[in-house]
Amino acid sequence: MAQRKVYIYRLFERIWHWTQALLIFFLIFTGFEIHSSYNAIGFENAVRYHNVAAISLIILIIFAIFWHFTTGEWKQYIPTSKNLKAQVDYYITGIFKNAPHPTRKTTLTKLNPLQRLVYLGLKVFIIPLMVITGLLYLYYRYPFKGTVVSLGFSNLETIAVLHTLGAFLMVAFVVAHLYLITTGTTPASNLKAMITGYEELEGENEEELQKSDNEEIL
Amino acid sequence: MRNLIQLIFLVLLPVAVLGILIYDIQNLPGYNNLPELQEQYSVKKHRVIDHTRFEELKGPFPDAHAITTACLKCHVERGEEMLNSFHFMWEKEEYIEGRGVVYFGKKNALNNFCTGIAGSERTCNRCHAGYGYGHKHFDFSDPTNIDCLVCHDNSNVYEKARGQAGYPVEGIDYQKVFASLSSPKKINCSGCHFHSAGGNNVKHGDLESALLVSGRDVDVHMGKDGMDMECVDCHTAENHVMKGRYYGLSSTNQRRALCEDCHTAYPHKDDLVNEHTLKVSCKTCHIPTYAKVNPTKMSWDWSTATTQLENGQAISIYNPDGEQIYFTDKGTFTWQKDAVPEYAWFNGTADHHLLTDSIIHNPVKINTLFGNYKDPDSKIIPVKVHRGKQPYDLVHNRILQAKLWDPEKGQGGLWVDYDWDAALRAGMDYLELPFSGQYGFVETEMYLPVSHMVSPASEALTCKDCHTRNNGRLAGLTDFYMPGRDRNRGVDAFGKIIILASFLGVIIHAITRIIILRK
Repeated sequence: MAQRKVYIYRLFERIWHWTQALLIFFLIFTGFEIHSSYNAIGFENAVRYHNVAAISLIILIIFAIFWHFTTGEWKQYIPTSKNLKAQVDYYITGIFKNAPHPTRKTTLTKLNPLQRLVYLGLKVFIIPLMVITGLLYLYYRYPFKGTVVSLGFSNLETIAVLHTLGAFLMVAFVVAHLYLITTGTTPASNLKAMITGYEELEGENEEELQKSDNEEIL
Repeated sequence: MRNLIQLIFLVLLPVAVLGILIYDIQNLPGYNNLPELQEQYSVKKHRVIDHTRFEELKGPFPDAHAITTACLKCHVERGEEMLNSFHFMWEKEEYIEGRGVVYFGKKNALNNFCTGIAGSERTCNRCHAGYGYGHKHFDFSDPTNIDCLVCHDNSNVYEKARGQAGYPVEGIDYQKVFASLSSPKKINCSGCHFHSAGGNNVKHGDLESALLVSGRDVDVHMGKDGMDMECVDCHTAENHVMKGRYYGLSSTNQRRALCEDCHTAYPHKDDLVNEHTLKVSCKTCHIPTYAKVNPTKMSWDWSTATTQLENGQAISIYNPDGEQIYFTDKGTFTWQKDAVPEYAWFNGTADHHLLTDSIIHNPVKINTLFGNYKDPDSKIIPVKVHRGKQPYDLVHNRILQAKLWDPEKGQGGLWVDYDWDAALRAGMDYLELPFSGQYGFVETEMYLPVSHMVSPASEALTCKDCHTRNNGRLAGLTDFYMPGRDRNRGVDAFGKIIILASFLGVIIHAITRIIILRK
């Protein structure tokens, strides 16, 4: 099959991805300082910058949600069981035998079935968990017009512990995600694609590449 | 690659700027009225009038009561006011949760230092704002029993005599005193409030004679190189009843002198800090240490009193720092300088151990500060915890009060006869309370909120003093979750495991890939 250079990640998508990546790294870094896991920039700075980064990330998320819905890109995350097992098998055994990827990447199916599931989990579970607990953490008690408005929680513990739990899951995700970048056609091809937007994909022609493996759900 | 960096900055920058803007807009700085306060308190109260010009004060006066009579001739209502003030009554009528309305004050209080005045009034009551409170039958309704001068003399000439139930020393130049009469200055309050429990700074730790001369570094309000404020600037009086409570004697959340009265509730520039004021008293961060200049007594063990005598005479033992660590009259002491407070939740209400209460807990809490995290009225305050050992009745299981002093030998005064049995018998007889004759010593604790020696803002505690995993200032307050200190051990363990597992998985997978694909 012919290798063709395809424009797969659009400009906004890439900027969104990398900005989000930076913010999440920063939030993890400052967040675990607040958790007293280490001392780096000082507790007060950590809290302050964590809060700014958190608000920034929320703004970015709002943009991203808007983008996903206006472009229809949200459909990329609809989970499918088709080839899911094949994808898991590929990571467990196939990859060691130089077997081909069980699913093909096209502009309409950028994500393999496993990615769909994991990213969807990230989007509907971990990120909302972090945003909601984070906002409650920030505002459950807040000075307003000369008094402190309180949401009436008797204790911060539940909010804080859930936020910490989400943070651990996020770190685990980041570790796995960073590694899986290297499992593309070549170890650098996925990274290159997310930077330049172009990736060498297999396909006879442009039309074929635009076709989806999962047309039934699109 | 350069494009990408540009692109990231294209989004990251606006997003970060927006984030900072939103963070900043929603940061509502508190109301800083410091310049107004500085202007207000830089105007000092000066003597209004030279009282020597008044015929009534020409004298001579047969006794101290006659001076008071002269004062009240013009200040007609003031006598009645003083008769209803705590400086004179030494008793408050207050409601205590679980007890009902209680009549409690220096008159009948148990404390953790000299324990109480019963039977020893002639010496203890030198600090009563009156004349002649030398026994329990003192007339609290006679306005001529009031001592006006001890508070209003600004000449520092007037002085109360030792062991004379509040009467002044002989030979005072009263014309000098009258010429100086004005509102009370630090020096007036210092006589009793700095020297309570028998010496400078012994009792409170945050009230001592160094405050008369030291700078802002010791107390930002009273510092000589600062606003040099007087006690009565904060402890304002209405009809001679002062604002401000001492919870060794007070029980209710009223008439407290609070920082917020002047500084507003949210005076910080940063709402992150203002938010803290909901649960943390100003004092907690702004009084990092107390007893900054001279040491304060941290413990007082009465059980060793009378045990060491040399030729029938009392002895004192001092440590290398010059602190008295043993005195035959009083027992064994420990001291602390620049002491770090302990911390407690406090909602402004307190209970007190009465002499008629049975001992239930060990150590006995001489006073109990009420409060907890869930109580919206409670804040964390700094406390001096004074620990002691006091005599108690082995049969009746109650604290015993000894008679400490008498002008004569053989009357049961502990500091005269060095006989515990006789002193306890005399004290309890005087109080008309039972004493079985068998006594021991029980551990006691007293909680003294620290309110003075406020440091300059630059010395205030920082986040890490409390928001730290181990040994933070608030390590003892465990009824709430504090970021940086607390964690859920289960979640932390789970987190460590999944992070470790993901790293291990990735490493094993990568190594396998490299080895196999190389073949």
